[in-house]
Amino acid sequence: MSIPHLLVHDKEDNVGVVVVEGLTAGTDMLCVVTEDNSSFNLAAKADVPIGHKVALKDLSAGDTAIKYGQDIGKMIGSAEKGGHVHTQNLKTKRW
Amino acid sequence: MNTETFFGYRRENGRVGVRNHVAILPVDDISNAAVEAVANNIKGTLALPHAYGRLQFGEDLDLHFRTIIGTGANPNVAAVIVIGIEPSWTQKIADGIAETGKPVAAFSIEQNGDLKTIMNASHKAKEFVHWASEKQREECDISELWISTKCGESDTTTGLGSCPTVGNMYDKLLPKGIYGVFGETSEITGAEHLCKARAIDDDVAERWYAMWKAYQDDVIFAHQTDDLSDSQPTKGNILGGLTTIEEKALGNLEKIGRTSKFIDILEPAEAPKKGKGLYFMDSSSAAAECVTLMAAGGYVVHTFPTGQGNVVGNPIVPVVKITANPRTVRTMPEHVDLDVSGILRREMTIDQAGDALIEMIVRTSNGRLTAAEALGHREFVMTKLYRSA
Repeated sequence: MSIPHLLVHDKEDNVGVVVVEGLTAGTDMLCVVTEDNSSFNLAAKADVPIGHKVALKDLSAGDTAIKYGQDIGKMIGSAEKGGHVHTQNLKTKRW
Repeated sequence: MNTETFFGYRRENGRVGVRNHVAILPVDDISNAAVEAVANNIKGTLALPHAYGRLQFGEDLDLHFRTIIGTGANPNVAAVIVIGIEPSWTQKIADGIAETGKPVAAFSIEQNGDLKTIMNASHKAKEFVHWASEKQREECDISELWISTKCGESDTTTGLGSCPTVGNMYDKLLPKGIYGVFGETSEITGAEHLCKARAIDDDVAERWYAMWKAYQDDVIFAHQTDDLSDSQPTKGNILGGLTTIEEKALGNLEKIGRTSKFIDILEPAEAPKKGKGLYFMDSSSAAAECVTLMAAGGYVVHTFPTGQGNVVGNPIVPVVKITANPRTVRTMPEHVDLDVSGILRREMTIDQAGDALIEMIVRTSNGRLTAAEALGHREFVMTKLYRSA
């Protein structure tokens, strides 16, 4: 298998993690779900650093971000499919 | 390589160590100068200076004693010189360590002064070094290892690679009879429902949840002055792509693998008492504090997954660094003992990474210096519960 650009923990997840350095907007990303090794392709909509998250579908303020099949917080801004998800648009529900 | 056995130092109480230190241990901050002078005089000794030990009281004092005594009692330590300002607490610590059966000598400074104390302690330290340096490693079953874990400078790659690697190691070695421990009470927040479900029975689950809840109420909510988003996740975590405490906690919990249940909850620096298996230690998530507490609990090898590149070490316990982040492998390779970045490229499975970690643990136990040891990282940091009297 080719080296993936993005890894997703669980099939339920709506965000994935960039695992290559220097990813640029427009890249046709190979995405692999680690749970079952299934793959899909997704166009990156931003330059996203290694380790940072990308939305797998359009997300709006108020949506719950899902990773590991679990709730990791609420969207406080929107992210388009393929866009960068981080502190600018995602926040904990805890504090 | 053979990973069923390793070569360690069998101590008087039957425990096995993987290092053979002669520790020079201060009771209190003002004895550090004497301790460092003794360690300078006598080569092959290890000074363990720290910042506390005066006018502590109650639970905080109990923790101080437990940490110092546990450090001296750790099987990675062959013999101990204890130096304190006055004789009472000094003797209390020496007596606690002596319960292991290892050689211990106590020296106090009042009515002697630093110079006489240093001279007397140096003579005894030299005796201990000669004695300890003739100890031989012997072949021991892998089940005799006590292996702790705590991650640091985490990022999203720790949850994908280095933490599951540690989890896979525990899935393979806990059934063989090792002791394991994880902790980081604050960093379970967001995964507490999953952690609670990994307790061996309802009693342990309820006690664990009460402990975690008390931490939230008594520490976090009692002391917070602002939104904790600046502390948990840390700035380093955020640079690495972690956004929320929930996300961080879910990655963190990957360290305990898929199959094991934890059998008891330990106070900070407390030694396990329910036999082989996995334990949870109520502990800070700050790296040096947590590793110090686990070492004081008697653990002899530490596995430390990192994403962005935490450089922590410990003076008496080898800290094995594991990273899956290829940028960290590229930019700071001198800190990495095990590179599992192949997991991100899908060139390495978690199962293969777990086997590679077991090999590195055995090699480390046999005497290989870790990156942190070679670089001189000796962070010995007391956890303090509240200000002194």
